[in-house]
Amino acid sequence: MSGQSQRLNVVPTVTMLGVVKARLIGATRGHALLKKKSDALTVQFRAILKKIVATKESMGEAMRASSFSLAEAKYVAGDGVRHVVLQSVRSASLRVRSHQENVAGVKLPKFTHFVDPAGASSGGPSGASPSLTGLARGGQQVSACRAAHVKAIEVLVELASLQTSFLTLDEAIKTTNRRVNALENVVKPRLENTITYIKGELDELEREDFFRLKKIQGYKRREVERQMAAAKLFAEEQLAEDLALKRGTSMGAATNILVGGGDKDEDIIF
Amino acid sequence: MYSWEMLSFNIHDGFLEAIVRGNRSGLLTQADYNNLCQCETLDDIKMHLSATEYGPYLQNEPSPLHTTTIVEKCTLKLVDEYKHMLCQANEPLSTFLQYITYGHMIDNVVLIVTGTLHERDVNELLEKCHPLGMFDSIASLAVAQNMRELYRLVLVDTPLAPYFSECITSEDLDDMNIEIMRNTLYKAYLEDFYKFCAKLGGATAEIMCNLLSFEADRRAVNITINSIGTELTRDDRRKLYSNFGLLFPYGHEELAVCEDVDQVRGVMEKYPPYQSIFAKISYGESQMLDKAFYEEEVKRLCLSFEQQFHYAVFFAYMRLREQEIRNLMWISECVAQNQKNRVHDSVVPIF
Repeated sequence: MSGQSQRLNVVPTVTMLGVVKARLIGATRGHALLKKKSDALTVQFRAILKKIVATKESMGEAMRASSFSLAEAKYVAGDGVRHVVLQSVRSASLRVRSHQENVAGVKLPKFTHFVDPAGASSGGPSGASPSLTGLARGGQQVSACRAAHVKAIEVLVELASLQTSFLTLDEAIKTTNRRVNALENVVKPRLENTITYIKGELDELEREDFFRLKKIQGYKRREVERQMAAAKLFAEEQLAEDLALKRGTSMGAATNILVGGGDKDEDIIF
Repeated sequence: MYSWEMLSFNIHDGFLEAIVRGNRSGLLTQADYNNLCQCETLDDIKMHLSATEYGPYLQNEPSPLHTTTIVEKCTLKLVDEYKHMLCQANEPLSTFLQYITYGHMIDNVVLIVTGTLHERDVNELLEKCHPLGMFDSIASLAVAQNMRELYRLVLVDTPLAPYFSECITSEDLDDMNIEIMRNTLYKAYLEDFYKFCAKLGGATAEIMCNLLSFEADRRAVNITINSIGTELTRDDRRKLYSNFGLLFPYGHEELAVCEDVDQVRGVMEKYPPYQSIFAKISYGESQMLDKAFYEEEVKRLCLSFEQQFHYAVFFAYMRLREQEIRNLMWISECVAQNQKNRVHDSVVPIF
């Protein structure tokens, strides 16, 4: 991979090695933290998923019950009852409030429903006190229908809250995983490569130094030996000189004698 | 008077009685209901209905049908039949036929007034009114701000005017008042209708008074049950009961103080005709009560066809058609919502 063979463009020095090592440690810690965060988010994600499935199932049930209770109300109170109810609504009494929840640093939007007292007191059909709609026929069915729809709305709000969290979490998990992967597969290998590179370069330098030292050492030793040999020679000569002087002849004369003695002397008969 | 009707009834009303009895045979039968209950989609229902009298009305409906469309078209048929009968009717049958629609008229007036209070568009409201309850000046209802104005400006010209005399206050209209106003009006209407029928005499009086008494008693029971747990006081509740019927006056006194359904049952079981209705319902359950009442009503309405030379057949026919539309609505709702196991819960077969 191209990412793995890359390294940072740095001068291979010991200082830089320290800096890069510090960065690697930072990256490793960050990776561990992000991994943990991603795991936490995933746990949350699965929990929400499970809840969404459950809520969706109950939503089907609640919606069916509510629309069927509307049919019941229409059967008993006549088709016109829906107009009567519709006309007497001023403002919605069931409202949704949104707030944020913090899960592992991710802000999840949460919706909760509540009964708006202003809407309830204005005679809206979901007011606290049962309205008199359908007094002569179907009043009970109308209020049963209202209760069923309120329940359906509760489930819907819950589902909306869960699904929004789900999407937000999904996004957050994707980002975190991207970061984790980037740290794991790009940043850390690059830093490690840099460290190996710097270490390699430093080793190389060290070896060169060592070799040079070795070389110099050998040269020095040879020089010393040479000087020692010269000194020894000199000392021997000195000794011979002294000996000759003691014999009364110079080392050179003696030699010359020896040398002369070696030559063919015409005076000598044999 | 009772026997003399036969001599003169057919002079004016024989034709219409023949028509209404002919129409009666167009009502859906038990076999039709059985077929309808087997349907899987709304299109199947349409197909089955095309073989009945509703066929021409649903014929040109495009395919994604809605329950509301079916109900609308069926109501349209009823309205057409009603208008046809009204055109042919002589006095006093025409007055009688008009009386039948006053209930819807009251509903429309209340709907418009409620809508106006909440500042809705009048034209939009007019579309939602029941076609049987329309009258000429209905659109001008929107100008009224309180009861007195409402009466003075608009209703004085309508047949509802006398009923308003009972519930005129200059209080501003609010939701509670409107619902009480609706029921006061209905009470006055029922009483007036009762008096009118009694005046007609003969078989009409006999049968209609019986039917209207049942209607009044049913309203009394429903008002009692539906007002349990609301802000309606006992006196107000007492005032909404109609001043005739089997329960009047002692039953009303007892109903007015009832606090739960079982007390209502205790009161009603003293009246033999209603004993059977309440016997069908297990304790603590009020959901089935409406169906039981509908069944009893249908039974009584059907019995009115057993006699001849009286006007109750018209009333009975209109009511039976309305019940039939309710049944169709219930069946189509059940089919549309895939709740076929509940189809038989609320269908009241007519013949």
